[in-house]
Amino acid sequence: MKKYTYTEKKDTRSGFGAGLLEAGKRNPDVVALCADLIGSLKMQDFIKAFPDRFTQVGIAEANMMGIAAGMTIGGKIPFTGTFANFSTGRVYDQIRQSVAYSEKNVKIAASHAGLTLGEDGATHQILEDIGMMKMLPGMTVINPCDYNQTKAATIAAAEYKGPVYLRFGRPVVPVFTDADQKFEIGKAWMVNEGKDVSIFATGHLVWEAIKAGEMLAEMGIDAEIINIHTIKPLDEEAVLKSVVKTRCVVSAEEHNRLGGLGDSIAQLLIKNDPVPMEYVAVDDSFGESGTPEELMTKYGLDAAHIVKAVQAVMARK
Amino acid sequence: MAEAAQLKAIASQVRRDIVRMVHAVQSGHPGGSLGCTDFLTALYFHTMEYKTAPFSMDAVEEDVFFLSNGHISPLFYSVLARAGFFEVKELASFRKINSRLQGHPTTHEHLPGVRVASGSLGQGMSVAIGAAVAKKMNNDQHLVYSLHGDGELQEGQIWEAVLFAAHNKVDNLIATIDVNGQQIDGPTSKVLSLDSLRAKFEAFNWTVMEMNGNDMDEVVAGLDKAKSLTGQGKPICILMKTEMGKGVDFMEGSHEWHGIAPSDEQLAKALAQLPETLGDY
Repeated sequence: MKKYTYTEKKDTRSGFGAGLLEAGKRNPDVVALCADLIGSLKMQDFIKAFPDRFTQVGIAEANMMGIAAGMTIGGKIPFTGTFANFSTGRVYDQIRQSVAYSEKNVKIAASHAGLTLGEDGATHQILEDIGMMKMLPGMTVINPCDYNQTKAATIAAAEYKGPVYLRFGRPVVPVFTDADQKFEIGKAWMVNEGKDVSIFATGHLVWEAIKAGEMLAEMGIDAEIINIHTIKPLDEEAVLKSVVKTRCVVSAEEHNRLGGLGDSIAQLLIKNDPVPMEYVAVDDSFGESGTPEELMTKYGLDAAHIVKAVQAVMARK
Repeated sequence: MAEAAQLKAIASQVRRDIVRMVHAVQSGHPGGSLGCTDFLTALYFHTMEYKTAPFSMDAVEEDVFFLSNGHISPLFYSVLARAGFFEVKELASFRKINSRLQGHPTTHEHLPGVRVASGSLGQGMSVAIGAAVAKKMNNDQHLVYSLHGDGELQEGQIWEAVLFAAHNKVDNLIATIDVNGQQIDGPTSKVLSLDSLRAKFEAFNWTVMEMNGNDMDEVVAGLDKAKSLTGQGKPICILMKTEMGKGVDFMEGSHEWHGIAPSDEQLAKALAQLPETLGDY
């Protein structure tokens, strides 16, 4: 098992804030909008650097999506900022008609995704957003795993032409990817090569998968761990290549079991190479209040649950 | 910039196009289309500055128009074709399979002249505001126009947009409301009353005008006046009184013709009331 270490913990939303500032420096057409959550989205540095390129829309997310779509007419590259819940379900039809169907170059920056939002509880803990967004034709869906990857993904989203859903989170988590990484949309990252099982993880679950990989190594299991940061378009080649070798799969995500990364992988495998598969995901339920760590344990989204899933799926080989 | 007599002639042809298009596929929305014909004709043949070819999505140094009540697509398509965005004969493909003239307007099939999809109501004002804000960022002095149904104002997003435009002094936007008092289930006064629209928009700090949308001279003068009121720190709203089905006597004034097509006999009767001025497609 390749060794991963970290010296600090940072929130992925701060990676977005840093990436937005950098994207703004690189391209004067990058603009930002926010629905009364500047601090939560870490947009302060962008606003300070480019006050004329920021639009505060107030608590009016539907209007924000429409304005962002309109701003692309005139060549702007708008990033909308609010929580993942209010970036998707609340404004699904606005995104569907004015952004996705209209093929507008809008970047939907969605913070506080999933259970790790914590104490605010289920009203704010969206676990369905990946499913909603990946079902929209032409929508790119990205869920990076740490500060550095989120920063790089934000810069890549600005450079890419087309609608992007960029999902990240609230809590501080280990920073273990390279600071100067090149983020390629749609290209999976090989975290650890192995031969016994393929673990495909996204977002906060990538670090949990690494911890699981270390536990599995002690048990004599050689896990291949692949980071699927881009859920759509899925790196099908990377998935299928890994499965040829390992013959069993575990998917891991901070999302409902229905409609997330696991389903995308399962759909690919059914058609091309059916092998046993287990999901590490929320089992079709809402969340609740608690600390991020408590919630991830209770809802089965930690390293221990990944280990269990690996044992279960290997038994089915 | 066409004269009033020319505009009236164009409007007659556009009305012919509308009833023929809707009749040909036995679907579509003739009522609101006919009611707004004078307005959209004046906008494209008198008021706006734009280029038809090559069509530019970004519309830099051009005026732009957004149709928020997308169901009156027959009118939009006819005016775009007659203005030269695409060939008039393409109107025959309206609502048919493999057509760029979808039931509701879309950019998906790359029809020149359309810059955003509409049909799901309440979204067009936000989009128009976004385009207007982008124009300000780009120091582009051209204007943004939008059209909305009065029933559409029942959508909450509209009022988010109305609030935003005033707060942010989006004074390069002229939003026109088609006040025909009708919606699918009957008069707006019975479905969900919108009365005191002037007071509502004024309370939101917009500049409000009123005009008769079925009097070409008044529409031309009203649009000229609206243009003169831009750049003064407030968005402009035109409350435009129209009659649904205007120009075809048996369709006038009733919500019944919101979304149904005329029969062969009704088509003949309608066309007899609308002189062919530019040649049918």
